Amino acid sequence: MEKRVTFRGWLLPILLIAPQVLISAVFFFYPAAQAIWQSLFIPDPFGLSSQFVGLGNFEFLLSDKFYRAAFLTTALFSILVTLCSMIPALFLAVIADRLIKGSGVYRTMLIWPYAVAPAVAGVLWLFMFNTRVGVVSWYLGQLGYDWNHVLNGGEAMGLVVVASAWGRISYNFLFFFAALQSVPRSVIEAAAIDGARFWRRFFGIVLPLITPTAFFLLVVNVVYAFFETFGVIHTITGGGPQQSTTILVYKVFSDGFVGQDLGSSSAQSVILLLVVGLLTVIQFKYVEKRVHY
Amino acid sequence: MKRHLLGLAAVSTMLTPIAAAAQTEVHFWHAFTGRLGELVAAQVDEFNASQSDYKVVQSHKGNYSETLNAGIAAFRANEQPHILMVFEVGTATMMAAGGAVRPVYEVMAASGATFEPDAYIGSVKGYYTSTDGDMLSLPFNSSTPVLWVNRDAFDAAGVDPDMDLSTWENVGGALDALKAGGEDCPLVTAWQSWIHLENFSAYHDVPFASKDNGFSGLDTELMLNGPAQIAHLSAMQDWAEDGKFIYTGRRNEGGANFRSGECALFTESSAGYAGIKAEAEFDFEVRPLPYWKAVADEPQNTIIGGASLWVMAGHDDAEYKGVGEFLAFLSKADVQASWHQNTGYLPITLEAGELTKSQGFYDENPGTDIAVVQMTAKQPTANSKGLRLGSFDQIRGIIDEELEAIWSGDKTAQEAMDSAKERGDALLRRFESANR
Repeated sequence: MEKRVTFRGWLLPILLIAPQVLISAVFFFYPAAQAIWQSLFIPDPFGLSSQFVGLGNFEFLLSDKFYRAAFLTTALFSILVTLCSMIPALFLAVIADRLIKGSGVYRTMLIWPYAVAPAVAGVLWLFMFNTRVGVVSWYLGQLGYDWNHVLNGGEAMGLVVVASAWGRISYNFLFFFAALQSVPRSVIEAAAIDGARFWRRFFGIVLPLITPTAFFLLVVNVVYAFFETFGVIHTITGGGPQQSTTILVYKVFSDGFVGQDLGSSSAQSVILLLVVGLLTVIQFKYVEKRVHY
Repeated sequence: MKRHLLGLAAVSTMLTPIAAAAQTEVHFWHAFTGRLGELVAAQVDEFNASQSDYKVVQSHKGNYSETLNAGIAAFRANEQPHILMVFEVGTATMMAAGGAVRPVYEVMAASGATFEPDAYIGSVKGYYTSTDGDMLSLPFNSSTPVLWVNRDAFDAAGVDPDMDLSTWENVGGALDALKAGGEDCPLVTAWQSWIHLENFSAYHDVPFASKDNGFSGLDTELMLNGPAQIAHLSAMQDWAEDGKFIYTGRRNEGGANFRSGECALFTESSAGYAGIKAEAEFDFEVRPLPYWKAVADEPQNTIIGGASLWVMAGHDDAEYKGVGEFLAFLSKADVQASWHQNTGYLPITLEAGELTKSQGFYDENPGTDIAVVQMTAKQPTANSKGLRLGSFDQIRGIIDEELEAIWSGDKTAQEAMDSAKERGDALLRRFESANR
């Protein structure tokens, strides 16, 4: 039986949802509408004049092979960040779940990195891998590997992925850990009595039972990789070398706020909006079918 | 105790507006922190103390790009300051924004403050002057690239530090000898596009862009893929491949390598002086930027980097009078001379340069006048007056990317610069249509 509260009048329910609607309107619908409107113009930076160009900004972007390349970069970056932040988090959560003593300390330590702001995390990783004074790059040099993310695109990508995923592991760990704790012990014990080993139990029982959490994290992490990794990329590579770490959201920033090209920047935001909307629809339509609630 | 503090706070909040009301406030937004920020604050304090009609309020708004953005956003919200510091790369953006700025020559004429356009150094002023000869913004901090030499590193590698480094041909020989002598970092650079393309072109009197480097029209196209530039970048690529030129990043990251004594030669702004002097624990020296003997018999002048002060539109006449007074104060010989000596930036007036010389500063600090000589030795040509290109911050980003492709060996110099031209031209066309 579903629990439902019924309101008598209209006034109270409207009042109750008004703050949410208002906040969405002010911070989401209005700016989104502005972005769509502005994407049809090439304005001058000071807002003194603007040329209506219709879909010209989109045409300009889609015919730019570097913009198309940024799509691939973003896809690769998001997949890597999501994998690198979810798999270790799940592994750590499984271990923490099995701990009997000291799991409190272990948990607390694992949650710490989440408190570090992306830009700061970026600077920390940059220090470790600095080509001249970095600790890690020095050790790599001792091993005969010449680390140079300033010129090597692959290394730069690896570094921004690790720096972005690092803090995220904590967040994912928390959710996985809570999900693991809520798996009924009786089911696991029954399987154990039937002779199922740990990994058999994990893949056969635990993993299916925590898929709702995993799915939620998948959506959240992809959105994170798309939008919130800006600070890391800005501090570590600034999109370089060449364009190997220029993801879509970084291009929105650099074209809009470095290049003062607000038309193109708005058009890119609109494209980004469509891409993320599409991704979420796909996730809910196809991936969610495999989720057991 | 708490109540007293509250009382004091109340009294002071009541007093401040009254005290300020007597003076006209002039807001000045700039991009300087640290030592430079202190020096700007000192200039402002000195001006405020020197008269009682106006009060200049200075505020730091982030780095160059952020300051420009803050100014633009403020203008859109009708909250713009009177004076905005804009880096040289943003010059074309400001010039195209006709209704948002008031040209300096106009402000000065209306305010009645002393203003002698001829007093300013030509190659500094040229960057900020319209084709009609009117000064649009006031040069503030200007520097130019020079060659910094670590003499100890030369000695250690068994190379004579007094050798002639005036041409790239000779520098090439020095790099070979340094490498052979065991030097791991013979050459490093800061601001690669500014030094090795923009200044390179001016210094060899070849165009960087058509239409007099953009001075005579928005329909300009990049010309950085010419034979002179390609020859230079190809040589640099060979040096990079052999480990004689070490790439460290797009901005001035290389400064850390040079100041720590790791590198032998460093192409960097003359304004690197303060930092190098403070940190270098080795014998260093300034030399003029090298040129290719094969390209030019003798070098033209280099161009500037740095920032100028723009006056924003939309304020009262009385306030503009204050702006005029302040800008006239900044141009005074003694103010300029001390700025030049403290920062390594160029003096913006001839008189300030003369004053510095007569004070014996150049004799005590050898090499500090090289930048001045390099800028002023020759009358600027159409190719060496400066650059005036829209979206130039972004174009520099493109050039940086393409240069990285050269240093890593992914592209030849010709391929990379052809691509830079194609991509940069697309942005120039967009800028042209936005400001038609």
